[in-house]
Amino acid sequence: MIYAIICLAALGAIFGIVLGIADKKFKVEADPRIEEIVNVLPGANCGSCGFPGCSGYAEAIVAGNAPLNACTPGKDEVRQKIAAIMGEEAGEAQEAKVAQLMCNGGKDRAVLQYEYEGVDDCHVAATMFKSPKACGYGCIGLGSCVKVCPFGAIKMGADQLPEVDYNLCTGCGVCVEHCPQHVLKLVGVSKLVHVRCSNKEKGKDAKAVCEVACIKCKLCEKNCPEGAIAVVGDAGNSIAVIDYDKCTSCGICVTKCPTNALEIILPINAAQKMEQPVNPNAPHACQKCGLCQ
Amino acid sequence: MLDLHEIIFIVIGAIFVNNIVLAQFLGCCPFLGVSKKLSSAIGMGMAVTFVLTLASVITWLVQVYLLERFDIGYLQTIAFILVIASLVQFVEMVIKKHSPDLYKALGVYLPLITTNCAVLGVAIINIQKSYGFINTLFNGFANGLSFTLALILFAGIRERLEDADIPKSMQGTPIALITAALMSIAFLGFSGLI
Repeated sequence: MIYAIICLAALGAIFGIVLGIADKKFKVEADPRIEEIVNVLPGANCGSCGFPGCSGYAEAIVAGNAPLNACTPGKDEVRQKIAAIMGEEAGEAQEAKVAQLMCNGGKDRAVLQYEYEGVDDCHVAATMFKSPKACGYGCIGLGSCVKVCPFGAIKMGADQLPEVDYNLCTGCGVCVEHCPQHVLKLVGVSKLVHVRCSNKEKGKDAKAVCEVACIKCKLCEKNCPEGAIAVVGDAGNSIAVIDYDKCTSCGICVTKCPTNALEIILPINAAQKMEQPVNPNAPHACQKCGLCQ
Repeated sequence: MLDLHEIIFIVIGAIFVNNIVLAQFLGCCPFLGVSKKLSSAIGMGMAVTFVLTLASVITWLVQVYLLERFDIGYLQTIAFILVIASLVQFVEMVIKKHSPDLYKALGVYLPLITTNCAVLGVAIINIQKSYGFINTLFNGFANGLSFTLALILFAGIRERLEDADIPKSMQGTPIALITAALMSIAFLGFSGLI
C-alpha cells in the first residue's frame, strides 16, 4: 500500500518535473501577431494565397515572406486589418477577381461523342476519351466546380454550364485548380469580354464539334483598336487570347466574331437589361451592336 | 540473447496474423477517423509507430523496475496511462522544437495518440506475453507498422469509394464500417501462418 502510493506519486512527480523542464527548455516563441492575423483571415483555407491554409499565410506574413494583399477572398477589408496588426502600410489593392468559364459549349451547342451515364464527376468523365463532348477542350458540365467551391458561388445554368455569382465568388481559384479541363480562369471582375472557347484545333475541326467554337479567323485580332486580342499559337494548336491588361471591354471583337465564340459576360446578378452602353469610359465605347439587349 | 527467429516471428505475427486493428480491434477510433485521405493516414501511421515503439520500451522499464520490484502490479493500467500521456506530450515538445517540419506533418495526430487504445494495448500485451527488452522493442515497432498498414490500405479503399456509385443510405460511415469488416475477414486468412 505504502509502496503503491510512493511509486505512483514518484512517477507522477518525475513526469511532471520532466514535462515542466521540457516546456521551458523546448519553448518555441510564437509571435502573438500570428494568431491575431489568423482571426482576421476568412478561414476558408482555400489556398489562393499560395500558402497552406490561413494559418500558413499568417505565419508567412509575420516571417515577412508574404505580401499583405495575397488573400483574395478577404478583399480590401482584410488587407487593411492585417496592415493594422503588422503596423505597415497596406499594399496596393488588387482588383477583385472572379472565376470565368472559358467555354460556351453547353447543351445543344456542343456535339456529343457518346452518351455518358457514369459517376457524376468531371474528373471521372474526363478519363473517358477526354470528354463526353466531341470537343476534348470544353467544359464537361457535370458540375465538379459547383461541389468544390468553398463559398457556394457556382451553380449549374440551364445550358448545363456553370454560372458564377459575382457577389459570392471571392476569386480564391479552388475551382480553377480543380477543373480537369482547365476551362475556368480568374479574371478581373470589371472585365466583360471573354473568349468563351478553349478549343485549339483548326477552325474547321473546332466548328464541327461546337456551334460557338473559335475558328481562328483572326477577325477579332484585326479589328481590336487596342491590340488586346490575338490568335496565339501554331496552326492546329491555337486560340484567341485576350490580354486583359489592355482590354477595355469595348466589345468590338464580340460584334465581329462570326461564331459568337467571343462574348460579353455580364454579372449574373447585374441587371439583365443593359441600358447603359458597355463600359461607357472605354475609348471605343458602345458600338450600338445591340448585343446587350 | 538476441534470438533472430523469435524476432521475425514477432514482427510477422504482429503485422499480419495479429494485426492490431483488423485482428485485435484496438485503435479503431483513429482507424475510422483519420482514414479519409491517404496523406493524413500516412502521417498518423508514422506518428503511431514512433510513439508505440517508445511507449513499449518505457512501459516495459516501468513494469520491470518499478511495479514488479515493489510488487504493485495492480497499478499497471494507471501507471502505463501516466507514462503514455506524458510521453506523448514530451515527444510533441521535442519535435516542435527540433523538427518543425515533422511537427507540421504529424499535426493534430500527435496529441490524438494519447487516447489511442492501441498504445496501451500493446504495452500490456508486451507484459502479458512476458517479452524481454529486445522483443518488446520489436513488438512495439511491428505493431506500429501493422497499424500503419491497416490504415493506409483502408484509406486507399476509402479514397476510391468517394468516386463510387454507392446507394444513398450506405454513403459515408456505413460503407466504411462494412469495408473495415471485410478487411478484417480478409486478414483472417493470415491466421495459422505462424
